[in-house]
Amino acid sequence: MSEYNFAYLDEQTKRMIRRSILKGLAIPGYQVPFASREMPMPYGWGTGGVQVSAATLTPDDTLKVIDQGADDTTNAISIRKFFQKTAGVNVTEKTAEASLIQTRHRIPEVTLREDQILVYQVPIPEPLRFLEPSEVETRKMHALEEYGLMHVKLYEDISKHGAIATSYAYPVRVEGRYVMDPSPIPKFDNPKMEMAAVQLFGAGREQRIYALPPYTEVISLDFEDYPFEASKADHACDLCGAENSYLDEVIIDDQGGRIFVCSDTDFCTSRQDQTKEEAA
Amino acid sequence: MYVAVKGGEKAIDNAHAWLAEDRRGDPSIDVLSVAQIREQLSFAVNRVMAEGSLYDPQLAALAIKQARGDLIEAIFLLRAYRTTLPRFGTSHPIETEKMSCIRRISATFKDAPGGQVLGPTFDYTHRLLDFKLAADGDIEEAELASKPLDEAVPHITNFLNAEGLIQQEPNTDTEPGDLTREPLELPANRALRLQSLARGDEGFVLGMAYSTQRGYARNHAFVGELRIGDVTVEMDIPELGFSIEIGEVEVTECETVNQFQGSKTEPPQFTRGYGLVLGQSERKSISMALVDRALRWKELGEDNLGAPAQDEEFVLYHCDNIQATGFLEHIKLPHYVDFQSELELIRKLRREAQSHLQTQEAAE
Repeated sequence: MSEYNFAYLDEQTKRMIRRSILKGLAIPGYQVPFASREMPMPYGWGTGGVQVSAATLTPDDTLKVIDQGADDTTNAISIRKFFQKTAGVNVTEKTAEASLIQTRHRIPEVTLREDQILVYQVPIPEPLRFLEPSEVETRKMHALEEYGLMHVKLYEDISKHGAIATSYAYPVRVEGRYVMDPSPIPKFDNPKMEMAAVQLFGAGREQRIYALPPYTEVISLDFEDYPFEASKADHACDLCGAENSYLDEVIIDDQGGRIFVCSDTDFCTSRQDQTKEEAA
Repeated sequence: MYVAVKGGEKAIDNAHAWLAEDRRGDPSIDVLSVAQIREQLSFAVNRVMAEGSLYDPQLAALAIKQARGDLIEAIFLLRAYRTTLPRFGTSHPIETEKMSCIRRISATFKDAPGGQVLGPTFDYTHRLLDFKLAADGDIEEAELASKPLDEAVPHITNFLNAEGLIQQEPNTDTEPGDLTREPLELPANRALRLQSLARGDEGFVLGMAYSTQRGYARNHAFVGELRIGDVTVEMDIPELGFSIEIGEVEVTECETVNQFQGSKTEPPQFTRGYGLVLGQSERKSISMALVDRALRWKELGEDNLGAPAQDEEFVLYHCDNIQATGFLEHIKLPHYVDFQSELELIRKLRREAQSHLQTQEAAE
C-alpha cells in the first residue's frame, strides 16, 4: 500500500500524538488534549487507540489486537487488518510475542513485560463525567484535586446497595494524584494496572490521551471498611479449567444452560494446548 | 461441546460483499453515475461538502454514491479522506461583499442597493408531487434576465451601521484557530464556534435554532440578508511574492438582525448573528446565525437563561454528527465483558437484598 504513510497517519500528526503521549507519561493519569484526527473507522470503534498505536508502531513491532479479551472479535480483526495493510507490521495472537497490544475492555491475563506497550481504547476518558457533565467543570476539579464528589458517589452506592455498584470502568487514583478512568475494563483487571509495561490510553472522539509509565502506583478507590474487591464469576473456565481468569458467560441452549469460558482467548487456547501436549 | 465462535474475519468479508451488492440494487436498473448525483442531487452534495468540511462536488457525489445516499455516512467518508490531505497554506478571507450572487434577499428592507434577487428557491413552490417528473426529466430553459445584476452588492447590515443602530463587529486580524488541527478547548472564541457550527449537523443546528425561536433564550431574529453565490479564493504564493486566485467556491451567507434591550454597558441597539456554509444551504446558514447569536450572550452582557442554545459546551460538543453517530452506534459493538461484570454485580445485589428481606420477614 503506497498511497498512505506508514501506519496511515502523516509524520507531523504522529509527532503531535507522540508529544501528547510523552506529556501523558510525564504526568501519569492526567488527560492531555490532542488534535484527534478523523480516522477511516468511526468514532467509538477505537479511533483513539488506533491513533496512539499508529504513533507508537515501528516497522519491527509485532502487533496484537484484542476486543473483550479476544483476538477474533470482529472489531479486533478489523483494526489488526488496518495495521497489516497500512503499516505492514507482523501480527500475532500470542500475548507474549507481541511488542504492542491494542485492547478494548480487557487486560491480558499473562503478566506483561517491560518491553511491551499496552494501548487502551477509551470511550469517555473523564472519570467524573457522569457526576458532572461539563468538561470545563471537571478539568477544574482535577486541577484542584477536588474528588469529594466521587467519594460521595461511592458512599451513596454503599448506603443504597450495601456495596459499590461499579463493576467496570472502576475509578482509580494514580500516584496519589489524578483520579483516572481505566477505560471500561472489568474491575477484575484493575490490580493488573500496576505493571511493567507502558500503558497508553487514547480517546479519539473526546480528543484525550493519558498514560501510565511502568510500575506506577494505581489504586482503586474504596473505603477502609468497604475495601475494593476484584471480582469475577465464581466458576472455573469450562474449557481450560483456569480458576484465576476473567470469564464470559455463554448461553448454550434455550433451557438457560450456560457455561463459563475465559474472555482472554489466547490465555485459554494456550492452556488447552498445554493440557493436550501433556496428555500426549 | 461448546466451541468458541471463530470466523469473524470471513464474516466481515462476506458482509462487505453483500453490502456492495445491496448498494448496486437491481442490476437490471441503470447504474447511477457520479456526475448524475453531482448535477441532480446538488443539495445532498452541498450538505456533504459543508459538513465534510471539504469543497469538492465530485468527491462528495462519489461519497453519496458509495454511502447509498446515507448523507452522514457520506460526510464521514469525505472527512476521513480529508484527514489525509496535505496543507499547502491558508487562503485570504473570502470577500462575500464581492460575491457573484445567484440569490440575495433581505427581510428587513423592501429594497436596497443590489436589489432583491429571488434566485432558484423552493420558497414559493407549491409542494405538490410532480408526477411529470416521474415520467421524464425534461425541463424548459428558464428565461434569462434582461439586464445583469448590479456589480456592487453591499451587505445590508452595513446600512444600519451608518446610524450606529447595529452593534459593530471588532475587526481583529488574529488568525482563527483550526478545529481539525487543535483540540477544542473551552471557552472557545466566536471564530471557533462558527467553525464548529459550519460543519455541525444540519438537523442539530436547526433544532437548536428553532428552540431559541420558541422561547429558550429567545432573541427575535430578522433575516437581514441571505445571499448565495460564488466567491473567489485567493492565496499568497511565497514563490511569487503575491496572491493569486486559486479557485471559486459557492457559499451561503446569512446575517440576522436581532433585538437587544441594552445592558449596563451598552445602549439599546440591534445585534447580529452570522452563518456561513459551503454550498447552497439556506436552512443551515439561517440556523447557524440564530445559534451564533444565542451563544453570544456573555459578550453582549445578557443573562444566561440556562437555555441549551446558550450553552457553548453543550452545543459545540454535540453538534458534530460524525462524533455523535460514531459514539451512538458503537454500543452495538461487543460489550460482553462489561455486561458480564454487571450481571455478576446485579446477581450479588439481588441476593443480598433478598436475604435481607427474608431476615426481616423472619423477625416479624
